[in-house]
Amino acid sequence: MSQLLEVNGISVTFDGFRAINNLSFNIGPAELRAIIGPNGAGKTTFMDIVTGKTKPDEGKVLWGDMSRNLVGMNEARIAQEGIGRKFQKPTVFEDQSVEENLLMALRNARGAFSVLFWRPTDADMTRVRELAAEIGLANELSRKSGELSHGQKQWLEIGMLLAQEPKLLLVDEPAAGMTPEEREHTTDILVEAAKTRAVVVVEHDMEFVRRLNCKVTVLHEGSVLAEGSLDHVTANQQVIDVYLGR
Amino acid sequence: MKRALIIALATLCLGTQLLAQDTADPAPDTDLGPMQQVLQENAELIVESSRRTIGPAIDAVANSELEAASFVLETWAAREMYQRTSDGLFFAAEETGDDIFTLTDFDSGDVVGESPDDDLEQIKPNSGIRGLIGTALVSFQLNDPDPEKREDAISSLERRANADLLAPLRASIEPETDPALRARKIRTERLLTIAYDPDEAARIAAIEEMSGDLGVDVRATLNPLVATTIRAYPDGVPDDVNVAYTLRPGSDELPRMDAYAMTDGPAIVSPDDIRAALQANIDGGSVGGIPVAQLSDPARREAAYAALAEAGTVPPRPTEADIDAALDATTFAAIYAEPSAAVTAAAEDALSAIDTNVGFNQMLDLGLDALSLASIYFLAAIGLAITFGVMGVINMAHGEFIMMGAYTGYVVQQVIPNHTTSIIVAIPLAFAVTFAAGVALERLVIRWLYNRPLETLLATFGISIALQQLAKNIFGTQARPLTSPDWLGGAVVLNDVVSISTVRIAIFVLALIFLGVFLFIMKRTRLGLETRAVTQNPGMAGAMGINPGRVNMLTFGLGSGIAGIAGVAIGLYAQVTSEIGQAYIVQSFMTVVVGGVGNIWGTLLGAGLIGTLHKGIEWFNPSNTLAAQTYMIIFIIIFIQFRPRGIIALKGRAAGD
Amino acid sequence: MQRSFLMKNPSIMVFLAVLALFTIVVTIGSEAFGAGFVSTSFVKTLGKTLCLALVAVAMDLVWGYAGILSLGHFAFFGLGGYMIGMWLMYERTKEIVAASMAEAPIPPTPQEIVDGIGTQIFGVVGSAEFPVIWAFADSLFLQLVLVVAVPGLLALIFGWLAFRSRVTGVYLSILTQAMTLALSLYLFQNDSGLRGNNGLSGLQNLPGLDDISQDFVSMWFFWGSALALALGYVFAAWIVSGKFGSVLRGIRDNEARVRFLGYSVEGYKLFLFTVTAMIAGVAGALYYPQAGIINPAEIAPIASIYLAVWVAIGGRGRLYGAVIGAVFVSLVSTFFTGGQAPDIDLGFYRIQWVDWWTILLGLSFVLVTLFAPQGMGGLFDLITGRRHPERHGADLGPDKGSLQEEEAER
Repeated sequence: MSQLLEVNGISVTFDGFRAINNLSFNIGPAELRAIIGPNGAGKTTFMDIVTGKTKPDEGKVLWGDMSRNLVGMNEARIAQEGIGRKFQKPTVFEDQSVEENLLMALRNARGAFSVLFWRPTDADMTRVRELAAEIGLANELSRKSGELSHGQKQWLEIGMLLAQEPKLLLVDEPAAGMTPEEREHTTDILVEAAKTRAVVVVEHDMEFVRRLNCKVTVLHEGSVLAEGSLDHVTANQQVIDVYLGR
Repeated sequence: MKRALIIALATLCLGTQLLAQDTADPAPDTDLGPMQQVLQENAELIVESSRRTIGPAIDAVANSELEAASFVLETWAAREMYQRTSDGLFFAAEETGDDIFTLTDFDSGDVVGESPDDDLEQIKPNSGIRGLIGTALVSFQLNDPDPEKREDAISSLERRANADLLAPLRASIEPETDPALRARKIRTERLLTIAYDPDEAARIAAIEEMSGDLGVDVRATLNPLVATTIRAYPDGVPDDVNVAYTLRPGSDELPRMDAYAMTDGPAIVSPDDIRAALQANIDGGSVGGIPVAQLSDPARREAAYAALAEAGTVPPRPTEADIDAALDATTFAAIYAEPSAAVTAAAEDALSAIDTNVGFNQMLDLGLDALSLASIYFLAAIGLAITFGVMGVINMAHGEFIMMGAYTGYVVQQVIPNHTTSIIVAIPLAFAVTFAAGVALERLVIRWLYNRPLETLLATFGISIALQQLAKNIFGTQARPLTSPDWLGGAVVLNDVVSISTVRIAIFVLALIFLGVFLFIMKRTRLGLETRAVTQNPGMAGAMGINPGRVNMLTFGLGSGIAGIAGVAIGLYAQVTSEIGQAYIVQSFMTVVVGGVGNIWGTLLGAGLIGTLHKGIEWFNPSNTLAAQTYMIIFIIIFIQFRPRGIIALKGRAAGD
Repeated sequence: MQRSFLMKNPSIMVFLAVLALFTIVVTIGSEAFGAGFVSTSFVKTLGKTLCLALVAVAMDLVWGYAGILSLGHFAFFGLGGYMIGMWLMYERTKEIVAASMAEAPIPPTPQEIVDGIGTQIFGVVGSAEFPVIWAFADSLFLQLVLVVAVPGLLALIFGWLAFRSRVTGVYLSILTQAMTLALSLYLFQNDSGLRGNNGLSGLQNLPGLDDISQDFVSMWFFWGSALALALGYVFAAWIVSGKFGSVLRGIRDNEARVRFLGYSVEGYKLFLFTVTAMIAGVAGALYYPQAGIINPAEIAPIASIYLAVWVAIGGRGRLYGAVIGAVFVSLVSTFFTGGQAPDIDLGFYRIQWVDWWTILLGLSFVLVTLFAPQGMGGLFDLITGRRHPERHGADLGPDKGSLQEEEAER
């Protein structure tokens, strides 16, 4: 099976501290994957590298059928390639309405001139309404997103990611600060999304990961410690050592 | 030998006495003093006062070996020597009453009486004679027992030398006892040898000896030797001139038209000349058969002029071919004024050695200048390194704190006239004033705007313009002097090229002290620790019992207070105006940004880089400090492309988190 | 599309109506066309104020919408003035030189006229040669092109350098301030080719129109300024409406997030920076013929900071706020510094407004920043009942667009 994303032996050092150490990682086109690991394992740095925020000292990040190297591309370019990212803290544009937020994220030409002359078509408006329904914000379209609750902002951000129609979704701790019902809804959205695209979820919460019911990769000290089903990795002695301490 | 001299002298004296008795009618019972005798021997020449004949008379006085000789020469040159008509004796005379002169005898130096105006004849040496007397006097003074007089003599020699002084100068070196004066005499002798010695070999030896010397006097002596003038030789360069090099017309040094003007071909007629000639020859609405209305076309003008030349009204213009032919037939050469080729060659070599040495020393001087400018930037920026670099508060009124410090210094100086005391008082006072102002600014404005840097920028800008205008209202718009104490007034001079003023050294030292104080406060004190804690994570610091408000207030006050002290220092170096802070604010921010925010060593490097850069650019184009600043800023903008976070950047995820 | 755009933004219609009404009133009151209760010099002041309002609109676009606090837009304004000033001064001097040479016995050659103009213009800086930058000074069309091209090009180059290396926030402000300082210092030099600190003068005289009194010329420029402001306002409003405006405000509030949505933030900033520089150039080209003189002191960094002050006092992030701020502050400044305001006698001290106005302005600016960040435009919110959302999380607003420094290197 051809891989969508192929991370090959990347390393990165901050001031002598090796945050990522010869990490290799693959994910297929329609796969749901959870990444777990203790604090400082390099989960966020890994996402930073894939999305272009951090440049690795060595190694390659190959993308798509053409196997293009993402290292060296800027964030916007990588996003246009079809990689969407959700941050740990909900980051939506609070001064703008839900509709404006979604419209901005809709998959359309991103160039300054085309955006300047762009006006939404009926199809675009329909798509926005669909997305809003999917994330449960159908009645909040004209509200400023700053007025939404924490969980609603998380969903709005997921909605914006879906609007981008990425081939790969990187989601950083989506369930943080959510009520149990909201978590359930979030799980549904992610599982649904993973049917048509690859989704990588970084999460601490084992219960949440279990509900995703997918392959799990354990990171530790910047490299892969174990990979497999949740039961498989939790039975791994090394993983137990890392999580429980020695 | 000695005996023979005495005999000769005695004979002379006798002769003079006889002569004197013949001519005038001196007091019979007075024996003339030896100097008076010498003067009497030369009385005719002295009274005649002619440049051509006076030589022996001056020599006689100068070589008399009498103590009074210099007194005579000085009096003579000062036009204070008088001859008494009644007996022909010479005296130094001074008008003490109404037409009454007091007479002083040359030999004894005593006042010997008074005489009315009409019994005295003033000896009036003209300037040529005074020059000769001066020369004699100098050689005389060079051997004066009083070292001060000898020094004066050397100084006057250094200023205006001539060939005649070379011999007496050489003679005076041997007996010289004072080592410093002896060294100066030897040096002056070398320079005079270069300029005036008739012996070519001696000159060349002297030139080689002075090769590489940095003194301005050496260059002033050598430069006339290698000065050239461009000459045109229609028949080739003659053998008897000292050619530096030959030139081709059309070069930068010798433009084609200038070269042509040096030949004896017909004069070039410029467009202006053509217009003047045409205007002078308008004849019934046309010139040379061409209507005036057509003369806005240069080609028609030339045609009209050619027609006039044809008619013989105006001189013809040389054609291009004429000019080329004239130039081809002529050799152009740069000719040394100095006839000796060996001397000019030696002088050229010596000058090039000197140039190398001067260049090296200029670099050194430039380095010192850059260092002192860097210290000023550092002083201006160090307060910012605290408020902006450590706290992240952008304070546009920082420059006005510098201004407040400078004005504090000025006011203190108005109250305490002693400059040293006033500076000592002003420094802590300036710190106190600006510390208070900083604390007030932090409490009233900035603390409401933390984490809103752009709004802080604008609010503090409002403070900045208000403070500036307030200073204008109080102190007026003219510059106020802040005078440095005398011990800071001088300069340390290494040689004729390298020197640095004491104020700049003081500022450099002050900058070093500030660096030390900053490091001490930040690394070794409780305040420094708390400041760093509050800067990195205010919430956490607060949770650990640090009061972030208090720490921010004190840190901001500290940064502002340092700006105040910097203001005193800068005020000593520049004029105090209400705009003094404005002049430094952009450079100060640049210094902090270029150096790397949050790191004092970065600020130091930034100041060093900007200071060096500024002086370096100025060196390429010394006449234009504005251009230097322009290019410096452009350089900084480009520099930031490559190191957006400054020379010393915090690395990794910790930066800015 | 245009109609619906105007319909959707009633504030634009209101603004245009107010501007039109104002123009008509001034026209009726002018000495040239009507009752004469508005003096010609006051017409010029009003015309200049409209130009300042236009550059304030440009400033509001970059700062209020995209969060780039540029301290360089008055430099672009000045450059526009210099470009039109070159043509005005060249043509005007040409007329004078040609007239004086016409009295000579023989007609001048073209070269003599050019030399004569050169001597007239550059005599004050000890030169008679035309610098290269004056190559197009005899062509109105080309100089008009340069009015937008020169500021645009400078903004493009500077912006490309600055945005490419991700310099943001106060660092960008300082950098733009440095650019302005460098430009004004450069122009202060005598050999800059623009007459050093003498600047360009006599710009109020239009070449070939000696017979027409300033009463009329000032009205033409007033109309021109009003038209430019109207067009500039509509253009700016059109830019910030729709998705482009959304992206701009997104950049202001969270640059990194916009980047992860796939928008090239640098490209947007550069586009906006350049376009607003061009608008500033146009405003300057209309302003300086009314002022009559331009010199390098006009583009000193302080002028650009004042521009930011106007926008902040008027209320940034809304275009009419910028206009109100520029008009209000510059007119009040003229009132106080022009010596028209009566002194206040406190008994022990006499407050002369010429001296104290700047202090009042500086302090009121601090107060506005602290207590009324919405500026005067915030008053309209009270009237219309527009409320800002209760915000959660971190602070928002233009300053939030200034990213932390660590973004700059990556």
